[in-house]
Amino acid sequence: MAEAKARGLPRTERPLSPHLQIYAPLINMVMSIVHRITGGALYFGTLLLAWWLLAAATGPQHLATANWFFGSIIGQIVLFGYTWALIHHALGGIRHLIWDTVHGFDLKTVDTLCWSTILGSVTLTVLLWAGIYFLGGGR
Amino acid sequence: MAMRTPLKNVRRLGSAKEGTDHFWRQRLTSVALLLLLPFMLWIALAIVGAEYETVVRTLGNPVVSILLVLFILTGVLHMRLGMQVIIEDYVHTEGAKVALLMLNTFFAAVVGLASIYAVLKLSFGVAI
Repeated sequence: MAEAKARGLPRTERPLSPHLQIYAPLINMVMSIVHRITGGALYFGTLLLAWWLLAAATGPQHLATANWFFGSIIGQIVLFGYTWALIHHALGGIRHLIWDTVHGFDLKTVDTLCWSTILGSVTLTVLLWAGIYFLGGGR
Repeated sequence: MAMRTPLKNVRRLGSAKEGTDHFWRQRLTSVALLLLLPFMLWIALAIVGAEYETVVRTLGNPVVSILLVLFILTGVLHMRLGMQVIIEDYVHTEGAKVALLMLNTFFAAVVGLASIYAVLKLSFGVAI
């Protein structure tokens, strides 16, 4: 930069250190962040699984209470988000296992793998919920 | 000719003395979870909206119970490792970091044991 100044060239403003907000959001970066966020969400989501299992093991009234919550609008949104996070994190995990073998690091494959993760997770989640509504009659 | 002594080789575990243990366990549990996940989704589809008796009978089935316990156990081990990395990445105050790492283990242990207790209770018999 000093050299450019000395030559009288127009000075280009460049970031001095990398900060998240100056990066264009690339798909692999977004998928990396979403992988961690879904992992964190699943971590606390296990409380719901534990609650439901304990309710089922305690008796019909307790299971009915848990099922009432999961059947409510809020419960359904939470469950939908949980299944998407689960499937997304699982597909992201497959992507990471592929990368662990030191394959798929050329930019085209990286993009394909990352787009497959998000498209695959949304598709599978919608299919699963279509199955749930079909089998469970909306419960 | 190798210049390292055998002792140097067996001690080659890095400064934390854990080697690739964390990395390997994370991968091992991830593969196990990927194998178990289809069964878990299948079980969920089988009992969604079902009567209490059906839910208890399905979850109490030995194969389903064992798969559920495996899933819960592998899951809490995996999530404990993952949360450990998140804490180490973002919490730099020594006291808070150690406290959160302890809480992380407690959380995984409590959630895991509570869930497994529930599955075993269903499996070994519950008054319907």
